[in-house]
Amino acid sequence: MDLGLMYASLPKLLSATIITLKLLLLSLFFGLIIGLLFAILRLNKNPIISKFAYGYSYVFRGTPLLVQIFIIYFGLGQIEYFRSTVLWIIFKEPYWCATIAFALNTGAYTSEILRSAFETIKPGIIEAGKSLGVSNKIIFYKIQIPVAIRQSLPAYGNEIILMMKGTSLASTVTLMDITGVAKHIVSTTYKPLEIFFMAGGIYLFMTFIIHNLIKYLEKRFNYQQ
Amino acid sequence: MNIFKKTILTVLASLLLIGNVFADKIKIGTEGAYPPWNSKDASGALIGFEVELANELCVIMGHECTIVEQDWDGMIPALLMRKFDAIMAGMSITAERQKTITFSQGYADEVAALAVMKGSSLEGMKTPAGIGLSSPNGDAKKALKTIKAALAGKTVCTQTGTIHQNFLESGDVGKVNVRTYKTQDEVNLDLVAGRCDVALAAAVAFTDYAEKSGKSVVLVGPTFSGGDFGNGVGVGMRQGGVDTIGKRDAQLLKDFNKAINTARKQGIISKLAIKHFGFDASM
Repeated sequence: MDLGLMYASLPKLLSATIITLKLLLLSLFFGLIIGLLFAILRLNKNPIISKFAYGYSYVFRGTPLLVQIFIIYFGLGQIEYFRSTVLWIIFKEPYWCATIAFALNTGAYTSEILRSAFETIKPGIIEAGKSLGVSNKIIFYKIQIPVAIRQSLPAYGNEIILMMKGTSLASTVTLMDITGVAKHIVSTTYKPLEIFFMAGGIYLFMTFIIHNLIKYLEKRFNYQQ
Repeated sequence: MNIFKKTILTVLASLLLIGNVFADKIKIGTEGAYPPWNSKDASGALIGFEVELANELCVIMGHECTIVEQDWDGMIPALLMRKFDAIMAGMSITAERQKTITFSQGYADEVAALAVMKGSSLEGMKTPAGIGLSSPNGDAKKALKTIKAALAGKTVCTQTGTIHQNFLESGDVGKVNVRTYKTQDEVNLDLVAGRCDVALAAAVAFTDYAEKSGKSVVLVGPTFSGGDFGNGVGVGMRQGGVDTIGKRDAQLLKDFNKAINTARKQGIISKLAIKHFGFDASM
């Protein structure tokens, strides 16, 4: 083990952590919006709408993230007509392609997490609200959503960690995230063990932070105790 | 001892024996994704200049060889980890790589070139046809200045861990926005898609792609050789040592050098080069 090299690679890897975090936060942000939207669509009484939402989650959960990112990045780029549209301004950039792929992917998982959270809300709570004369809108925002968030926190925490690890695929579309920079250093030093060990350590540290953050939030939102 | 145990022991023992029988078989690593140097046909079989040359060299050496596939970015680490004994993957002999591995004598010349899509503003760059960077003369220095000005603000795409990436990051053509890819194929795709303003690789990698895909990829500026671009392509091998494997590696290097001499004298390298590159790139 070349400890000197490991130490020397740290600043480069740490500065790449910023890109990884940016990708993670942006995709989680958009993914949460997509997830909430599709969870609500899933619970819609209209079968066409709920089937459509189910189809979305089925496709994005049923295919590998790497395939999704390749289709969005390399696939769409091959369509000449697509390149002549305004959308190309966004899809030309690897950064946005990766963000879109990640957001759509985590959005699908988030929608499932939230859907099952909504479904586990005891009807009694909603009925209690109704019997007090509270409007449906307020029941949804003040009762259903907060309860659903609490219910889904453990599963969502897992999803954040999975997504954080998933961002390493950004390196396959030329982005210099932690994995991208690690590969770059390996390509000049030929020491994969040392460098990927360091990269793995940074991912592990991020997992540690996320895990504890979720644990803290779970405690805070646990009104039942 | 019951039958089950006996069977397991027999299988283990035969595995050990097989291991010994195959110990002298040579494994050669190639990328299989850098046509016309090495690539794969539709059925997944390895083809190309180096695959055929490797087989010829093995016949001359009298060794039994298998050619295995390895991603480019893990090529040298895989060699060092003894996943195979030699690299034949369009790998240029450079001082940088010689710090870690050793090379046989060169078997083919490789010049690099910039490529753009037809209609690019970079077309018509006024430079000599080729420049050498080992000890650049006045013309070469002038050409580098022209290229530096032309590449300013442009996205230049290239494969990870190549001489081309080293050159772009060396500062010889200023600070350019380099984007790196796992394979040359992906570089070609993004050049066509317009994500890359210009790409840098072996000149034949672009001309081969343009010919096979029908895309209007054209070379611009000079061809590059020497300096960061190394001194031809050779067989990459582990640096020999005093232990058994180290001695075997050192012997294999001698064998390869001798075989390359023979293949050169018999015109095998020239013949294969003309077949795959369209011109005699042998050295």
